[in-house]
Amino acid sequence: MGGGGIVSETATPNFPKHLLDFRDWKRHQVESLLETAQMMQEVLARPVKKVPALTGFTVATVFFEPSTRTRISFELAARRMSADVVSFSGATSSTTKGETYRDTLRTLDQMGIDAYILRTDAAGVPHQAHGWLHKPVINAGDGWRAHPTQALLDAFTLREKLGSLEGKKIAIVGDILHSRVARSNAELLPMLGATVVACGPATLLPGSLPGAALTTHLREALHEADAVMVLRLQKERMEKGLLPSLPEYIAAYQITHERLNWAKPGAPLLHPGPMNRDVELEGTLADSPQSLVERQVANGQAVRMAVLYHVLVGKS
Amino acid sequence: MTFKSKLLNDEEVRRALTRIAHEVIEKNKGTDKLCFVGIHTRGISLAKRLVDLVEKFEGKRVPMGILDITLYRDDLSEIGLQPKVRETRIPFDLGGKAVVLVDDVLYTGRTARAALDALIDQGRPSRIYLAVLVDRGHRELPIRADFVGKNLPTSKSEVVKVKTQEDDGEDAVELWEVEAS
Repeated sequence: MGGGGIVSETATPNFPKHLLDFRDWKRHQVESLLETAQMMQEVLARPVKKVPALTGFTVATVFFEPSTRTRISFELAARRMSADVVSFSGATSSTTKGETYRDTLRTLDQMGIDAYILRTDAAGVPHQAHGWLHKPVINAGDGWRAHPTQALLDAFTLREKLGSLEGKKIAIVGDILHSRVARSNAELLPMLGATVVACGPATLLPGSLPGAALTTHLREALHEADAVMVLRLQKERMEKGLLPSLPEYIAAYQITHERLNWAKPGAPLLHPGPMNRDVELEGTLADSPQSLVERQVANGQAVRMAVLYHVLVGKS
Repeated sequence: MTFKSKLLNDEEVRRALTRIAHEVIEKNKGTDKLCFVGIHTRGISLAKRLVDLVEKFEGKRVPMGILDITLYRDDLSEIGLQPKVRETRIPFDLGGKAVVLVDDVLYTGRTARAALDALIDQGRPSRIYLAVLVDRGHRELPIRADFVGKNLPTSKSEVVKVKTQEDDGEDAVELWEVEAS
């Protein structure tokens, strides 16, 4: 630096100024973002975990569906980059008074927000919001559709453990049908060269999942798998009659020490949290050396710092 | 951009760095608490050379770190192109150290300002020096270098390019002219 006018030699390619899903993202952009996340890890390892990069930017977390960990992860990420953060919680605010998503967001927009981090129970709202606001929108989960920052942190964690994902097989096990995490991973991991196999009981598998092969056979899904991602089984599914009983699910699909051996030796285990110990996975497995669950949470913050940097800095 | 002239050749770059290494040792009265931190990209290559030279003259290898100032730039809210965030790695405690910050060219002073903030966030050095291969003037901030390879008066329409063996395959300092658009 300092030569004057040679900044472009280290400039990254133009990034989409939103993260709704991965449709508008190219492989080299995702890889560049994951490299930035690696640099953010260094910031998080310092005694003073804060950089001035986003000074002057205001970021709003707008959660129309309750979530604590994702919100905290995003808010800390924004604060560590020195952005100002405001939080709007739909479940406790004006939506209960009948205000529409659009009115709520446009009201916030009048207050000078520079980027929105949006979670909604309805699929597609972040896409619409992007059109309403003309500001960067980051999807923090919309219905069953997408949860791109979770997939990014999963990809980051997998790469940290496995190196390149080229040719790697990743098994996703559990309630695939209702999982935005499965959908986003099925979209992202193949972009990075991996093969994804999604496995669960027939009633919890979608008709198709772009990017992934589907199977009801756990042994087949885990065979030769380089990593296993376990999803949370929500007990409400039983009430809706999608599962006959919990013991039956556990007998066929719970990931145990023994079943994890069906995958490649030492294959790491991931879980997006929160976990139901002894339901979707054997309780002690989460604390075993193969588990990357805590690493995922730590990496989530670095990945979200990188997302904020790429979405906010530089004109599109 | 069009090439105008070669300001320093490899021999002159070598002599300038040799003199800077001697001046650093003299000013610091030896290698006690001394360390170097290079600023991406060419500052890193130059810092490595200075570490090697100090070892050659004093028989002691002092620690070295690398610094990326991207997250400390003062123009992130207005620039068009997004700069790539690169590695920062300071594998030693900066507390109480005499740090020589190394960059290729000192121009507006904004990189040095950002580097000072970035360094101070990582610890509390007892002293920070600035060493540059070229000082080309046109400061926009009250910053000066403690060690300068060569002072070069330039105009703002010119670009000073420092080349290093490691990054560019040769050691040189060149003057280029930006074409009027």
